[in-house]
Amino acid sequence: MQEVKEFKPNIVAFCCNWCSYAGADLAGSSRLSYPAEVKIIRVPCSGRVNPMFILKAFEKGADGVIICGCHPGDCHYNTGNFYARRRMALLYSMLDFMGIEKGRTRVEWVSAAEGAKFANVMNKFTSDIIELGECVKLGDIRCKD
Amino acid sequence: MQGLEKKIKDRASELLQSGAVDGIIGWEKGQFEYDPTPAVFTKETGLDNLCYNNFCGANLSKYLVGKITSDKKFAVLLKPCDTYSMNQLITEHRVNRSNIYIIGIGCNGHLNVEKIKAQGISGITAVSASDDHVNISTIYGDSKLAKKEILLGKCEVCRGNVHVIFDELIGEELQTPKPDDRFEMVAKLEAMTAEERFKFWQGELSRCIRCNACRNACPACTCRVCVFDNGRSGIEAKANASEFEEQMFHIIRAFHVAARCTDCGECSRVCPENIPLHLLNRKYVKDINEFYGDYQAGDIAEQRNPLVNFGDDDIEPTTVSDKGGQK
Repeated sequence: MQEVKEFKPNIVAFCCNWCSYAGADLAGSSRLSYPAEVKIIRVPCSGRVNPMFILKAFEKGADGVIICGCHPGDCHYNTGNFYARRRMALLYSMLDFMGIEKGRTRVEWVSAAEGAKFANVMNKFTSDIIELGECVKLGDIRCKD
Repeated sequence: MQGLEKKIKDRASELLQSGAVDGIIGWEKGQFEYDPTPAVFTKETGLDNLCYNNFCGANLSKYLVGKITSDKKFAVLLKPCDTYSMNQLITEHRVNRSNIYIIGIGCNGHLNVEKIKAQGISGITAVSASDDHVNISTIYGDSKLAKKEILLGKCEVCRGNVHVIFDELIGEELQTPKPDDRFEMVAKLEAMTAEERFKFWQGELSRCIRCNACRNACPACTCRVCVFDNGRSGIEAKANASEFEEQMFHIIRAFHVAARCTDCGECSRVCPENIPLHLLNRKYVKDINEFYGDYQAGDIAEQRNPLVNFGDDDIEPTTVSDKGGQK
């Protein structure tokens, strides 16, 4: 009998340099574990995340993309995460409109002091993605014979 | 319509003769009645070819973007819906207002020749429209169609006949057809299941030939170098695009004009494959209205659009994706 391979998702986390990235560090130094499938990309601010980054991540094989930024009002640059919030709300709504599973994208606000929250968020997100399975729809929308 | 065309020609001739403007951006007669093309008229003698008929649906405001570095003055013919795009271009400093003379012209809905041809009519020689009917003369005889059935998609949801910006108006206030609810189709899609929505878009987008007409015609798409033409973006490939890229192109194209899109419908009008691209833009318009309050791009010049603005209690993206449409 063939062995059933366990599904290992690819998860990309865009983390703000000033909060969530340090939050991930804190999670590590506090020895809180979060899934190894989460690949962190450091960005200067959640407002730096271009909608194209998210789609590009999916193109390159990501199964889930999460953006972590400072809590609204706490942005290092004062307003970056407010803009990110509006942009991502629209983008997620559009992905849903096109029939892409809506759990694949997420925005969470994690501060540098919230190592435990970072670990919890990543654990939860990874288990959600495992439930959803591999991301095929985005690459599939154009019919192939 | 004939009378209006005459008035426009007379005025254009006056403007050119007096040297008030160096050129007129209007529509040039095509080979047939139904294929006028946008053109720049710089000489009075060329004005014989200027036309304004039932098929002049093209939005001419985009043609001024390329003229921003020119010190010449151009007059442009704009229908009421086109003036929203003009306002938006002025807001974004993509045109030089002092070098533009805006002539607002009356409009009572433009026709889609594809819809006429789909009714089995060919050999069209002349078309004349009244308020609800269109008489079409062909080499095989005459026929009469209901105007509502052959209007351009954008005219079906006409916003009315108010020019939001102009230097002068030509022509009587023509009666526009009563608008339908423009979000009807978006709402219909939202009510479908995720699987049905996916199937719908798969069916539509798989016809895309990536001709980029939607991008090139769009009056909001005015970047000097588009991200899809930029070698360093890694997504500039056209012919050898992957399936994923098609998808990305349409989401990003619509996203880049979100909150700046005046819903003029040019994208769908120019699509050679008749993909309802305006639905993507309209979805963004609908979301913006719902999340951040009613907003019409180009309504007033120099206003701040919702995506370069924010509120303390904006909706969370996670709430949006948790709520969303049906699973």
